[in-house]
Amino acid sequence: MAQDANSGKDLAAANSSSHDLVPEDSGTGVVSPDAVKNPGHPEHRKRVTDLDPKKEKQAERTVFVLFFLSAVGSLWAVAAYMMFPIDGQMELVRSNNLFIGLGATLALMALGIGAVHWGKAIMADHESVDERHPVRGTDETRARAIEIFEEANEESGFGRRALIRNSLIGALVVFPLPAVALFRGLAPYDEDPVELLQHTMWKKGTRLARDPSGVPIKASDVTLGSAFHVIPEDLNTAKDVLNEKAKAIVLLMRLKPEDLNELPERKNWSYNGIVAYSKVCTHVGCPVALYEQQTHHLLCPCHQSQFDVANHATVIFGPAARPLPQLPIEVDDEGYLVAQSDFTEPVGPSFWERH
Amino acid sequence: MSTAPAAVAAPAKSSGGFTGKAANYLDERTSISGAVKEFGRKIFPDHWSFLLGEVALYSFVVILLSGTFLTFFFDAAMTHTTYEGSYAPMNGVHMSAAMASTLDISFDIRGGLLMRQVHHWAALLFVASIGLHMLRVFFTGAFRKPREINWVIGFVLFILAMAEGFTGYSLPDDLLSGNGLRIIDGMIKSFPLVGTWISFLLFGGEFPGEDIVGRLYSLHIMILPAMVILFIALHLVFLIVHKHTQYPGPGRTEQNVVGFPILPVYAAKAGGFFFIVFGVIMATATFFQINPIWNYGPYDPSPVSAGTQPDWYIGFADGMLRLAPPHLEFVWLDRTWSFGILLPVIILGLFIVTVLIYPFIEAWVTGDKREHHLLDRPRNAPTRTAIGAAGVTFYAVMWAAASSDLIATHFRVTMEGVIHTLQALLFLGPVIAYFVTKRICLGLQKKDREIALHGYETGRIVRLPGGEYIEVHEQVSDYERWELVSYKDQAPIMLRPNAQGKITGSMRLRAAMSRWFFEDRIAPVTQTELDKSHGDDHH
Amino acid sequence: MSRKTSSPAAGKSRRTGRRSPAAAAALIAVGLLFTGGAYAAVSATTANAQPAPAAVSQSNVEEGKKLFQANCATCHGLNAQGSPDGPSLIGVGAASVDFQVGTGRMPMQGHGPQAQKKPVQFTQDQINQLAVYVGSTGPGPSIPDAKYLDADGDAANGAELFRINCAMCHNVAGAGGALTEGKFAPSLVGVTPAHIYEAMITGPQNMPVFNDMNISPEGKRDIITALKYQEKVGNPGGIGLGSLGPVAEGLFIWIFGLGAVVALTVWITAKSN
Repeated sequence: MAQDANSGKDLAAANSSSHDLVPEDSGTGVVSPDAVKNPGHPEHRKRVTDLDPKKEKQAERTVFVLFFLSAVGSLWAVAAYMMFPIDGQMELVRSNNLFIGLGATLALMALGIGAVHWGKAIMADHESVDERHPVRGTDETRARAIEIFEEANEESGFGRRALIRNSLIGALVVFPLPAVALFRGLAPYDEDPVELLQHTMWKKGTRLARDPSGVPIKASDVTLGSAFHVIPEDLNTAKDVLNEKAKAIVLLMRLKPEDLNELPERKNWSYNGIVAYSKVCTHVGCPVALYEQQTHHLLCPCHQSQFDVANHATVIFGPAARPLPQLPIEVDDEGYLVAQSDFTEPVGPSFWERH
Repeated sequence: MSTAPAAVAAPAKSSGGFTGKAANYLDERTSISGAVKEFGRKIFPDHWSFLLGEVALYSFVVILLSGTFLTFFFDAAMTHTTYEGSYAPMNGVHMSAAMASTLDISFDIRGGLLMRQVHHWAALLFVASIGLHMLRVFFTGAFRKPREINWVIGFVLFILAMAEGFTGYSLPDDLLSGNGLRIIDGMIKSFPLVGTWISFLLFGGEFPGEDIVGRLYSLHIMILPAMVILFIALHLVFLIVHKHTQYPGPGRTEQNVVGFPILPVYAAKAGGFFFIVFGVIMATATFFQINPIWNYGPYDPSPVSAGTQPDWYIGFADGMLRLAPPHLEFVWLDRTWSFGILLPVIILGLFIVTVLIYPFIEAWVTGDKREHHLLDRPRNAPTRTAIGAAGVTFYAVMWAAASSDLIATHFRVTMEGVIHTLQALLFLGPVIAYFVTKRICLGLQKKDREIALHGYETGRIVRLPGGEYIEVHEQVSDYERWELVSYKDQAPIMLRPNAQGKITGSMRLRAAMSRWFFEDRIAPVTQTELDKSHGDDHH
Repeated sequence: MSRKTSSPAAGKSRRTGRRSPAAAAALIAVGLLFTGGAYAAVSATTANAQPAPAAVSQSNVEEGKKLFQANCATCHGLNAQGSPDGPSLIGVGAASVDFQVGTGRMPMQGHGPQAQKKPVQFTQDQINQLAVYVGSTGPGPSIPDAKYLDADGDAANGAELFRINCAMCHNVAGAGGALTEGKFAPSLVGVTPAHIYEAMITGPQNMPVFNDMNISPEGKRDIITALKYQEKVGNPGGIGLGSLGPVAEGLFIWIFGLGAVVALTVWITAKSN
């Protein structure tokens, strides 16, 4: 930038003054000696405001009116702030938003358009020319820069004293490590994520309950075609409710028993056509809760993975890879649906140590 | 600036009066006159597409202003609380302090909803204008030497802007953003080796935990904005060092820049434009609702809304996830490799890296070491323009996939059909776009050539005395012609052995790339051709 | 985008008597804005007809049977026992009839992924007679009591129940959403309380059944309350862009937001006359 002192030359003077740069390798660029010549700057066209004083006056008035309107807009916004309170009434939020916004919009737009109009129509509009210079420093500057580095190298012995230089580099590489170690504190020390991901709150005898009330569900409540959103009965008294809920949510559906195609080893996991599947998508974990009672398809609204409930929740479409884990259920003495055990595999998205 | 001699006399206008005295006072303490001398009449070329970067800058300023307002009221904590504000359908509902304070900003603080909407709309505009600015820079070749590094800086800004956007989107702790975090958590967990632990550390334990909002808030209001500001500063320093590019035109050369001086015209236009951009954002926030978190409700791992999507700039990543085919997961070495997620992530990564390093690829292929300050008209770099169109198509397909469900409902088609079509288009679309764009560019170049040599067709048919019919052509002026002929031409390289008499693999690759880039070329009109054609016309 | 944004640009070109590119863009923007506004206004209007449950008298059953045999028997069989073209209606209950016929879904127009909402083919009296007849063929959900349809319950409880049980298909704002193979969950905006209630207890088509053991009648009333509250309050922030969330917002900012800004940049850099 040191060479920028000649800013804003007038066009007439600039037309003749293009000076050549250091010729550089043009690579595959074709430099044609027969190229058409640059015709130079076209003539300046005057604006109506340059030619007609009346128009200029008019433009000035426009700018003034716009700036005046801008001030009006600002004041209006302040007035609207006072005149359109909300006071806890939802119906008034909209007018509060609208009228403050209208004032501010007027203030901003009029100010901006006024300034631009001033610049376009009134300010002198002669185009000017700056010369460019190569971005690289001059040879002289570069020589001096190299010299400085060499002197510094000489004086410090950075190149010569390899032992201390290399030990410096080594120390610099190691020095951020404590900061990395500190980040271990981001999560609890006494917990192991792999261990946590293996289990949910469900255990033998936990009653299936309605989400969010926690009222337990009787097998007789679940009529054909029903879908219940289920949580463990004791969820609402758990320590970290949301963390537990994120793993334990279940969808309970009742199909005609003859529609169910169950795996042999899971024959006793359902009850009278009532099946329970984890609601956490095995893709990236959204709640898979869109149950179609006639097709028995479950759809995840986030990435459109589809699971076939009639067919032990296998993936029939979309990016998911694994079926939804099934919760083995039975009925207790009082007729309530209970879990036979926890899920037999980790729920939710895959992770490295899952297997 | 260092060049301004400290001993420069007081500014010229120090003839007295308050302004003069104030200027003198300031200069004696800051050497400001040097900066004014240096930059006051610096020239900026005028073209609408050069203002797109400014739109990004100004929306960022609006984001800072509105965001600061929001920080005064927002409580970035996931502490459980019970909402007791004005919105009846949330009354008595358990939620985090973050969600409750966002509802309070919306419904119990006058103008609060307006500021929230300004902030969110400005954020969408911020990323969108960066995207459009990048497209302009790409298609005009403004990334060529000496601006490759500034392309990288700008690209980093684009990534930072997305990070800012995503962290901000997650702060209210509503159902939509919570499910967004759930997806991020699922993606992170799929990473080999470190995924489970990164997720564990990020969320401070199990998902969702009670830490993530506070942590994202630190990123959102401190580290990320500081980095954005730093990179904007770097971006602008290089803009000044390089001076702005300009479109080819009469009188414009590689050695000059033609336009208006900063003071006063550019200052008036750019300053005014700030208020205009702010005004557009304000108008949008006044009339159009954005992110109605009161509909979504507080985050709870059980519910989810149909049409759960991220903000538009994350859409391409979400869409890519949707396009993965099923069952891409296997167990190997007793570890789970979830390629249903890793494959999209790898494809996204490759796409992003290609965009990042494109300037260096093109520089390597052309071997062109000259500085380029005159922009290419897109048609005059057909292969680059075609590559750009292919990239835009690839991005657009991923982006469309993020709304596959809405496309299905709105156009009454099946979502499976939409996904399958987009899966095919992900591969076919860019290829089609490439060839179509390249042909269009070459066609336009041919047309330019025709016009430069023979002028415009006027549609007037004249019968010559000999009975021959001709259409009268109207010659273009020298100035108009210059815009048609003044582009730089590149030729494919010949494969020649190097000094050792060998042809290396990289030389072969480069030659092949060069052929791919420049085999189909329309050379600019030469003076000889022009003279000849004029001779013909005057016979 | 707004009228404010564009009109000065347009006004300016009028003044100077020359059409600038910004003027055309601004004009289009204003036009689209009005169209969008009008659309939003129209779609916000709701119809709220309440059915009066018909008395179960023998004459009503007779009338209903006649109507049934004339209009429904082709598919559902002369005695509602079903046929290869339509399911048995024995035991579906009066509520099912009131919903299916009352929203125009039945009689079905043609085979598609699902029966569509369309203009109602019968008067409310006829629908009531049909409902009474089908209700008489076997026990099933009956038309809900008016006390659960007054939309005056606990909106907060209703909103929570809605989010957990309904929002994944119908969207949190009730705007509807996609299902598999071309099916979709319809928008709930403007649907009468009775029809919402009946849909929950009967589970039409692929919708699961939400019987009274799952969501109590009071819970259903609360859900209706929450939906109607949302409709009444509307969109406090302005035009709601169809309540479709980030996709609509993203398209809006690209087309109208950035469109307006680009139109203005063209104006700013165009040479003044």
